[in-house]
Amino acid sequence: MFRFSKPLFVFALFSASTVAIAFENYSGVGRPATPAEVKAWDIDVRPDFKGLPKGSGNVERGNELFEEKCASCHGSFGESNEVFTPLAGGTTKDDIKNGRVKGLSSGELPQRTTFTKVATISTVFDYIQRAMPWTAPKSLKPDEVFAILAYLLNLQEIVPSDFVLSDQNIGEVQKLLPNRNGMTTDHGLWPGAPAKKGGIGNGGKPDTANKACMKNCKPDVLIGSTLPEYARTAHGELRDQNRSFGPVRGTQTLGPEAAKKAADAGTLELATKSGCMACHGIKSKIVGPGYNEVVARYKDQTDAESRLIAKVKAGGQGVWGSIPMPPNAHVKDEDLKTLVQWILSGSK
Amino acid sequence: MSEIDKQPGRLRPAPENFLSEEQVKAVGSGRRDFLRKSFLAAGAALAAPIAARAGEGDSNILQNPPWTTSLGLPVATNPYGMPSKYESQLLRRESPGLARVGGASVSFAPLQGLFGIITPSGLHFERHHQGWHDIDPSKHRLMVNGSDDSLLKKAKVYTLDELMRLPSVSRIHFIECGANTGLEWGNVAVPTVQYTHGMLSCSEFTGVPLKLLLEDCGVDYKKARYVLAEGADGSSMTRTIPMEMVESGEVFVAYGQNGEMLRPENGYPLRLVVPGVQGVSWVKWLRRIEVGDKPYATKDEAVHYIDLLPNGLHRQYSSIQEAKSVITTPSGGQTLLDKGFYNVSGLAWSGRGKIKQVDVSFDGGVNWQTARLEGPIQNKALTRFNTNWVWDGSPAILQSRAIDETGFVQPSYGQLRAVRGTKSIYHNNAIQSWKVVESGEVSNVQVL
Repeated sequence: MFRFSKPLFVFALFSASTVAIAFENYSGVGRPATPAEVKAWDIDVRPDFKGLPKGSGNVERGNELFEEKCASCHGSFGESNEVFTPLAGGTTKDDIKNGRVKGLSSGELPQRTTFTKVATISTVFDYIQRAMPWTAPKSLKPDEVFAILAYLLNLQEIVPSDFVLSDQNIGEVQKLLPNRNGMTTDHGLWPGAPAKKGGIGNGGKPDTANKACMKNCKPDVLIGSTLPEYARTAHGELRDQNRSFGPVRGTQTLGPEAAKKAADAGTLELATKSGCMACHGIKSKIVGPGYNEVVARYKDQTDAESRLIAKVKAGGQGVWGSIPMPPNAHVKDEDLKTLVQWILSGSK
Repeated sequence: MSEIDKQPGRLRPAPENFLSEEQVKAVGSGRRDFLRKSFLAAGAALAAPIAARAGEGDSNILQNPPWTTSLGLPVATNPYGMPSKYESQLLRRESPGLARVGGASVSFAPLQGLFGIITPSGLHFERHHQGWHDIDPSKHRLMVNGSDDSLLKKAKVYTLDELMRLPSVSRIHFIECGANTGLEWGNVAVPTVQYTHGMLSCSEFTGVPLKLLLEDCGVDYKKARYVLAEGADGSSMTRTIPMEMVESGEVFVAYGQNGEMLRPENGYPLRLVVPGVQGVSWVKWLRRIEVGDKPYATKDEAVHYIDLLPNGLHRQYSSIQEAKSVITTPSGGQTLLDKGFYNVSGLAWSGRGKIKQVDVSFDGGVNWQTARLEGPIQNKALTRFNTNWVWDGSPAILQSRAIDETGFVQPSYGQLRAVRGTKSIYHNNAIQSWKVVESGEVSNVQVL
């Protein structure tokens, strides 16, 4: 029996380690990555510039590239707030000197830009390289990324207009970032080892300390803020965002007129999705008749709704000219009904 | 008369809720004849013809409806089942004005109508950084490599075929965006719990512990103290995760969600699960894991997802979602049907472990009562709480307050703002207040 006891003992040890992942031989699973594969995907750049590709680019070239590939969203000077929050602006010469953006604490900044926040220039390089331009991410070559970054740094008045940014001097630029000293990790929200053990943060110590008081906890209830009227209606008809049965109802937030407008917008979307608006306009003929013309022709017919539903479903030819309307069997019956009622009620 | 009153099966409303002001005055003056007319009108509005005369009973009982008197549909009519056609109201929705590009926006989960703790996969909140794709799983790869060769014996590539052969775990965890409730830091800004708290979902995820994969590649834990996770979408979003969490076995590479594969909007076919940590670290469409000896300061931890403090400093690498709770029924933008009994229900969660207790107040936080927790209570998962309430028709302010297993008590707005100001955007876990007025309308208010 001694022969068996040793493996049994080993087995017992193995199952005692609660995690099944102590097993070490997952043979047949995974394969070594080739150097070319790692190179293709491992493009991240760290704050110490590990991973930074060799290359360079100047402000002028960056300006051209920015105008061509970036300005439609960000504005020519990285100032636009139309699509994304602004990239550039909001810092001073003193900020560059001190490495802290003063406007962040003084409340003078109307809005934070990328350069009022970022403390590590590697972040900006890494992000442009991996994710920009918006519709063609990863299409920029390293020299182009250097050039675009040089242009942004010049916009921010961190480097002069004849500057050439490269893997060789990017470390010097880091020392000029206006908010380079603006980060703190002294908080309790890092789930790993604390700073005193070589990690980040204070080891999970919370910064608030509420007490679980149960009775007569305070003399007054102070209301700090209530819902502004515009916010009550800005999210549409709340009645329709809750079930029509159950312990509560959604509160009606839009009057009948606004509700009709919202319903019209929904139906227009349905009409677009269903392919109707490719051939019909609301007020004018495109390929088929405009919906205003349809209403004019059918308004006095009592069976207009059912006739039109049948027509839309089966398609037809001849009533409005020789171009046939294709059948629309793909549109659900209930949607057809909604669409026809919308058309007859004077679509908007 | 409002639409509400035509709904079948509802409780009889108090007269002031469905009569006009003149009618209420008329009742007061003793004229009651129109009251009868009102009830008849309400009855006539029902779709089914009224067979029974008033007094005999509910026509829904006295006359069998079509579904009781006809043949139903066969099996597999819907090979992938969908909710009832009457369930059209609870949808993922955007908050107008929050983002200007749909590819870099948020859709919120309709918490106001959900039950229990599991979020239906189709209603799971969305946050994309550069749009979403439906990735062909046969072409998806997961690479594990080191920031240099000394951190890992060999860089490896895994296919879904291979990952799904490995030992798996299935665990229920909440995921909350770090910016959840971020719109409310300064003041009340949005009307309903969908928009105040809807960047929150909870699912059962299935996958392979990341620890297993790193050990399969021969990780050197002494040197490799950080993990970089990267997505396969256009943004190839990256975040730094501490190795301590990976070593604990908590972090896993998930392919399953609520019994089926992940939904494309939630990272199909592979995402990282980092329990208790804000959603941005749960990298979707996960394609690469790099082990390193230093944190990475990626865009979403150096430009965004940093918490601005009153002194102008930003907190970086803030990741844990601290204890938080919210009442979902009744909540902002809803109207109570009537006076009387209500089950007040809500959700509590903590990124530091299990929920230990939830207290509910009906007077704006002067007095509290402990709610029932629906078990089993799980680590870093949503916990449903319920408590009884008889509404007497007078104004009330409803609040909930979570306490987690570390003893941490969810803070008030006053306490939170005292240390973090009002411009943090991220990690707002303040106590939520809902005000109820005499009409039964519930609205969003902030109690300091």
